[in-house]
Amino acid sequence: MKSSLIELRNITKAFEDNVVLDDFSLTVNQNEFITLLGPSGCGKTTTLRIVGGFETPDQGRVFFEGRDITDVPPNKRHINTVFQKYALFPHMNVGQNIAFGLQISGKSDAYIRDKVKYGLKLVNLDGFERRKIESLSGGQQQRVAMARAIVNEPKVLLLDEPLGALDLKLRQDMEYELIRLKNELGITFIYVTHDQEEALTMSDKVVVMNGGYIQQMGTPEQIYNEPENAFVADFIGDSNIIDGIMMEDRVVKICDTIFPCIDEGFGTNNPVDVVIRPEDLIIGKPGEGRLDGEVTHIVFIGVHYEMEIMAGGFEWLVQNTVSYPVGTKVSLDVIPANIQIMNKPKSKEEEAINTDV
Amino acid sequence: MYKKILAAPFYFWIVCGTVIPLVMIMYYGFTDRTGRLTMNNVLAIFQPVHAQALGLALLLAFISTLICFLLAFPLAMILKGSSWGRKGFIVFIFVLPMWMNFLLRTMAWQVILEKGGIFNTMLQTMHLPSLNIINTPAAIVLGMVYDFLPFMVLPIYNTLMKIEPSVIEAAYDLGATKGKVLKDILLPLSVPGIASGITMVFVPSLTTFVISNILGGGKIYLIGNIIEQEFTTSANWNLGSGLSLVMMVFIVISMGAMSRLDKSGEGNFI
Repeated sequence: MKSSLIELRNITKAFEDNVVLDDFSLTVNQNEFITLLGPSGCGKTTTLRIVGGFETPDQGRVFFEGRDITDVPPNKRHINTVFQKYALFPHMNVGQNIAFGLQISGKSDAYIRDKVKYGLKLVNLDGFERRKIESLSGGQQQRVAMARAIVNEPKVLLLDEPLGALDLKLRQDMEYELIRLKNELGITFIYVTHDQEEALTMSDKVVVMNGGYIQQMGTPEQIYNEPENAFVADFIGDSNIIDGIMMEDRVVKICDTIFPCIDEGFGTNNPVDVVIRPEDLIIGKPGEGRLDGEVTHIVFIGVHYEMEIMAGGFEWLVQNTVSYPVGTKVSLDVIPANIQIMNKPKSKEEEAINTDV
Repeated sequence: MYKKILAAPFYFWIVCGTVIPLVMIMYYGFTDRTGRLTMNNVLAIFQPVHAQALGLALLLAFISTLICFLLAFPLAMILKGSSWGRKGFIVFIFVLPMWMNFLLRTMAWQVILEKGGIFNTMLQTMHLPSLNIINTPAAIVLGMVYDFLPFMVLPIYNTLMKIEPSVIEAAYDLGATKGKVLKDILLPLSVPGIASGITMVFVPSLTTFVISNILGGGKIYLIGNIIEQEFTTSANWNLGSGLSLVMMVFIVISMGAMSRLDKSGEGNFI
């Protein structure tokens, strides 16, 4: 049983008239890699800054190991942050940057020297102690920032879009590096990003946020395979979101065509949102599938082709490793398990899902 | 070619405004009235009167620079911390006197500090003993600080504003106290602005003769006053030029030292 380390209880925060977080609650467990995922302005960075102590919530409390730390300043919290723009001290060299926190806590010189060495080794920058910050590349600066936070052995490491400025290859390397660090050090990570791929790759738990509310919380697989509403489905990966009518349990009507599915409990004759992932659509010869249509657009994007297929009055996004030229008559089908049914949001408030887990 | 034509007015300006006067000062400085080469004008700095004037000028310039720094840094910090609208207002208040004539501002202090002036009248109404500041080095320092303080505030404020807020947050995040952030982050990172501010206060303070004339009552001689008198009342351009060259050495030294601290020219706001 994992124990709760950080608890945000009913946090509300507004900047002037703009409510960023509204009655927001979240629990983070020991040694968990939790990612706050959402578009910019969804309140994810504000949440992180509240945990770090850089913002005070208007309402609600923050608990750390059961202790109320809402009014504790950042320099008294056992939490360290890796900032979006690295925020290294430009007038100090790499070693001095990493030693900064250790010197404040009054460690011996020998201990600091060892620890700086260890920190640099951890982020694969051995021997960089005397290098100047301005002589480092973005990726190296990022790793120094990581080392500077880690050497203090915080219980929680906060990361605010730390890979945002890096190129793709480096970002992937850093993702693996982060997972390794989390496993080696047993630190709890709270990670903020708008990049769904980062979120799915690294996290134990993903919290999808929008408009100051939690939209869905779960493992990466849950978030991807079973999005609870149209926002999550749309935000995570590509998807076709279509209006449908739930005829009865396990039967849904899309584009005036009956499809078997596996969802229950959505009532009868009830309008719903239906999500079908582009890679789940099966392309066949005309008449083979449930919907007939025509390819209107095709792009090669690396692993597969991405096509737009007009069928049943809807333009479907379809991914397939086989290409079908524009104008080809095809049919579309999907197996019941790959149809995801979601309730339509009735009002703005209902878009936020109650997340008392 | 076209570019050269465009640059012509500036060349003209540099030649007429800087090169020719400098050459003339050098010529006068190293010759005597008959036009013979001599070092006497430069070596005259070792005469007790001149040496004392230079020493006093250096001391007062140093003190006023120090006071300006001690006032300017906290003020720049306050400016940095205040909200945008208020910031504009405070900067405005600070820059406002700079739009008024420098001579006029200095003379205003003369009126304030006079024996029967506003300052002493105020002291009297509060039943405090009167202070005779006018015609003392203290009055000169006061005038220097008043006149040159904005030149210290603005470059420091400029460099402080350039510090990424996240860098300061990172220091707090790593456990630093307010004092530690000031000492290890804010001060070192504003060195370019401080250096620029120091040159911009120290150099005019060192060379001034107007402030010392007006607030020193013509009794306190700084090196600037001596040089001025050689050019005007004594009409000894050779000696005046010689002493100017000596003073120039001090200016070049101080500017050289400061520009080492402000390598990238960050602190320059003009």
